[in-house]
Order: sequence, then C-alpha cells, then structure tokens
Amino acid sequence: MENTNYLSFNKYPKVFPKEVLFPIWLTDVDKLELDDSVLCYGKGKSYGDVCLNENRTLIDTTNLNHIIGFDDDTGIIKCEAGITLKEILEFTVPKGWFLPVTPGTKFITLGGAVANDVHGKNHHTAGTFGSHVTEIELLRSDKVTYKCSKKDNKELFAATIGGLGLTGFIKTVEFQLIKIETPFMYVESIKFDNLDAFFDLNEESEKLFPYTVSWVDCSTKGKKMGKGIYMRGRHATKAEVNKSFEMKDGALPFPIEASFINNFTVKAFNKLFYGKQFSKLSTQIVPFEPYFYPLDMIDGWEKAYGKNGFLQHQFVLPYENCRKNMHLIFEEIVNSGMSSFLTVLKSFGKAESPGILSFPKEGITLAIDYRMEGEKTLRLLDRIDKIVAENNGSLYPGKDARMSREHFHQFYPNFEEFLKYKDPNFSSSFYRRIK
Amino acid sequence: MIKNIYVFGATSKIAEETIKNFAKDGANFYLVGRDTDKLEIVKKDLIARGAGKTEVEACDALDWNKHPMTINNADKAIGQLDLIFIAHGTLPDNEGIRNNQMKVIEEFNINCTSVISLCTVASEYFEQKGKGTIAVISSVAGERGRQSNFIYGAAKGGVSKYLEGLRNRLFEKGIKVITIKPGMVDTPMTKDLKKGLLFANPASVGKQIYKGINIGRDVMFVPGYWKIIMGIIKSIPESIFKKLKL
Repeated sequence: MENTNYLSFNKYPKVFPKEVLFPIWLTDVDKLELDDSVLCYGKGKSYGDVCLNENRTLIDTTNLNHIIGFDDDTGIIKCEAGITLKEILEFTVPKGWFLPVTPGTKFITLGGAVANDVHGKNHHTAGTFGSHVTEIELLRSDKVTYKCSKKDNKELFAATIGGLGLTGFIKTVEFQLIKIETPFMYVESIKFDNLDAFFDLNEESEKLFPYTVSWVDCSTKGKKMGKGIYMRGRHATKAEVNKSFEMKDGALPFPIEASFINNFTVKAFNKLFYGKQFSKLSTQIVPFEPYFYPLDMIDGWEKAYGKNGFLQHQFVLPYENCRKNMHLIFEEIVNSGMSSFLTVLKSFGKAESPGILSFPKEGITLAIDYRMEGEKTLRLLDRIDKIVAENNGSLYPGKDARMSREHFHQFYPNFEEFLKYKDPNFSSSFYRRIK
Repeated sequence: MIKNIYVFGATSKIAEETIKNFAKDGANFYLVGRDTDKLEIVKKDLIARGAGKTEVEACDALDWNKHPMTINNADKAIGQLDLIFIAHGTLPDNEGIRNNQMKVIEEFNINCTSVISLCTVASEYFEQKGKGTIAVISSVAGERGRQSNFIYGAAKGGVSKYLEGLRNRLFEKGIKVITIKPGMVDTPMTKDLKKGLLFANPASVGKQIYKGINIGRDVMFVPGYWKIIMGIIKSIPESIFKKLKL
C-alpha cells in the first residue's frame, strides 16, 4: 500500500505518514525500530486523526491477525491485536460465542477496539469493550513487553485501554466472550415522535433490553424535532428463531442506495426509514449482522460524501438537564440545515469505564456525520462543543478531527495522569494537536 | 476425506488462509517452513480453530536433501498423509535481479526446482500408499512470459508444466495432482505492488483453494476470472506481444 492510502475512514484530515512499517509476524514486532515517533495503524476506521501520524511513522498491524488461544468452556480468547472483529466473529459465532461489546462496524482491529475503548448498543448493561479485556501484552520503546491486566501493571493497563495507541505497541489482547444460543437477534423497532418521546422510551427500554439504539431524524423542525426509530434487541433464543422461520421474511428497514449525499437524499432517507410501512411497534428476528453492522453491508458508503470527506462528531451529555441541552443542540443542527446521513442516539449506563482516557460516561450520546464544508461545518461543531463543555459532557477522540485543545483538557481532566504512562516514542496527529 | 495434511511453506499467507479451513474440519497438520517461531504462531492459530495433532519442522526449500525426511517425519508424527500441499515461494524484483546470474538461479530454484523436488518425493510416497493428493501453488504468472515478471513466471510456468505431466502419469494410480494458479493476492509477498481492482483478498482465495482441493479439481485459477484474463493474454500473437509493456 502506498503511504497516501493510510488515511482515516472519513478521509479528513488528509495527512500522510513519512514511512510505514509492515511487520508480518508477531516475532518481527520485537525487532521493530521504535526509536522515532511511531503509531500503530489497523484498519483506519476511526474518524479523524487518532490513527494518523503526519510525517512520521505508522506501523501497519493488519498481518498480525492470528488467534493464539481459545477456551470453549470459558469463552476466553487471546488474539494478536491486528485481527479484525469480523475475523473473530467468523470464528466464534459458529461455536456459540459473541463479542461482549461491539461498535457499529466489524471491520476494525482488536487493537483498535482496545485503544479507543469502543462501546456498543449494550453500553448500559455491559460497559465498554475494555471492561471485558483480561490481559494485554504491550511492547514499549524500552524493548520490554509488559503483561498488563487488572492485577499486573494495572496502571499501564488502565492507560492502554482507551489510550489511543500512545502507550506502546499492543501485541496481543485476551478477552471474555459472551455465550449466545443463535446468531440471530430479537429486535423491536418502535417509532417515536420527538426527543421527549425518545427519553421516555429509552428509560423503559433500558430496563428491558440489553441492546438499545435509535436513529434520529436531524432535519425536521418543531414538534417532530428528534423523531426517529428506536431499536431494542437481545440475542434470540433457538425457540424464537425456529418459530420465525415459519413467518414471512423480515429484514430491518434499511433503504439506502444513495450514490451521493445532499439535503434531498438525506431527507428522503429519513422519510423513508421513518415512513417505512410498519406499525408503531414491529418485532423481528434478524441475523446479527444487519442489526449490529447495517453500514458494513453497503460497501464504500463513506465515499458518498465526496472527496472532501466528512466529519463525525460524537458527544455525551450527563443526565442532569439533558433534555433541555439536547433540545438546544438539536435546534443548532436543524437550523444549520447541515443535516446528516446517519444520526445515532443512545444512552450510556452507569458502568465506570476502565481506561484513564475512556470516553463513555453516564448520560445520552449523539453521533452525527457532517459533510465537510469547511468553516461553516467547523463553526457549527464548535457551537455544539461549547454546549457540551458547559454541561460537563465530553467528546469522543476516536471520532474527532477538530476539537480544541482547551475543550479536550476540560473533557479529559485525567490527561496529566495518563501522560505518566504514555510511551515517549509513540505519538499521533491527534496527540500533537491536543497535548 | 482429507485428514492428515503436510504443508511446505506453511507460513505463506495463502497457505495459512487455506489450511485454516481444513483446521475447522479437525484435520491434523505437519507444518514445514523456514522459521519455527513463525510456524508455532500458525500452529497455535490452527489448534484454536479446531486442528487435531499439529507438528512443525524447519526446512529451507533449497535444502532438498532434507525434503524426503520431512515427509517421512510427517508420516510418523501424524499418520498416513492424505494431502501434500506445497505453497512456498518468493516474488523477486525482476528488473533488479535480471542481470544477476546467481540471484536468478536462486529464485528459479526456490520457485521451481525445490517444488519439483518435493513433488518427486510426494509422488513416490503416495504411489507406495496407493492414494493421496498433491496440491501445489503455481501462479497465473506462469501462463505467459512478460517483461515485468519473467523470472518468477518462468519458474511457475515450469511448475505448471511439470504438474500437467505428473497429473497425467499419476491419474491411473488414483493420485490427484492439483495445480492452483492464484492471480494477484493482497499478501505480504505483494506488499510493494500497487494495489488495483484485480487484487483478491487472501481469506477468500484460501477458501476457494480449500473447496477446489476437496472437490479434487485438476487446475484452478483463483479467483476464477483469471482464467479469462490469462486466456486473452495467451491469445495475443507473439509479434504483437513482444512490443507490449506488460
């Protein structure tokens, strides 16, 4: 691969490494020269610059994708960190095991899942991915491989989870899988009319379902502002799946065939999925893939934003005054007319994140894509950041390309503590921007 | 049913992606390659995926005196072999070495002579047993000599031709010979090449090879569209072909 191919998922910012190292075996990793500014690069699926290292060195980890051990009795698996979640699922699902936490794409590496301490639809019941990690083997530039866990090198463990790849080279990750009866999901989709209805529905659903998420329309003003579809689910039982095969085929409503994005298609998209002809509540048994990874099924959807790329922006707001603040932010977005292709609203639970720099904390989180239109886009996001900052919220580094240094330090007061464990020879474009 | 598998070049990406599928079926493996540390990584991965008894041995492709012993050792370690899978190879920088006599000979020996050596030993082994499958990774590069890749291409062409004859010879003895001709695959071997649309993903290539070996196909292009591409390339008259920049 040429150096210019090492970008992040949203193709912004367009900055390139000076050099890319390409270890093929885990045994090569110990021989790598780590005496310059280096950063591991997996599948480049983060949005922004946490996976970039402009004019310095990236280490492509994607050949380090072996399984090292798996215990079918306990569901503990240990892999090289360059393996993707897709590769793990292909191996574990037929054996009746599933990822404890998964983000909205399975094309990320295990190392990336740890370094960004990713979250999923079950945050309110399971916490972040890092909460299920039992051991990390971390190579530092002092040429020592540290075994890190809750018992050994526990500070380094807490710094590495959510540590944005800055604490060293994550060689292997051991974590706990969860047992499933079938590869299917039982899903209830419920329409809601506005933001207030979301909050009510969410409160009820969190108690009933391990997985919850909603898609929200960000282009409608007035009483219907924040209308959307709430999808709550759980892993289906064998009995449910058997029964459903006698029923007619029911796929998730996902009518995307947009070759380009503009206000028209966004409105059409939102209208389509919101207006999909199902009753207020519909229940379905679907394979896990369309439920967890709807966008993975549309190859190259991110290219629809064109050559300037796009920005993703994800924040969390604590519950205190959350309805009011969320209304304020929605008004900003709706009034800007810069409506988004995909808007995801979800609650984070009480579970304390295991990493020093982990993003999730209790509250409501909103993730939105914005087509990159220069200053206009950046100014809107700055206005949203201000509201987030004033209300003790936070922003996700894994999806950031532009937050201010001041805001970062406000969102992550433990950053100074984190720096004690950062590897001096690891760096990233993100790090240099916010340090 | 393919149960006991000997693999030469077990650390090659295509080999690994192929045998992962056999591991799921619970096959036993004897893995040969240059570096035991790397072979151990592959071994652990296969065992996690469901492989039975799995042993490793270090042997360099050019160390042909050792070839018979590795097959004997495999038989002793995991039992009578059903499949001998030969998958090692290197992709030389054609322009860089084409005037370097020693380098050219070495590349040819790695990609052709050593393969023929192993096939000779494998045929003898299976003829004694009365059954078995020899599967070899050749390449579409062996279909026609091109200025950009003719050293590797000549070696692979030699392998393909040898296997044609061997298949013919062993047919009546009930021994299968499978020639696998991958096109461009996105592996460490091709990391310095510019990646275009024709590059295939190693996992899907491995799966296709696994299926082809199980069915017992004679010659397989992977992915299949390479059969058409190479058909076209082969059909160009030499008087025109020699002027092309391919």
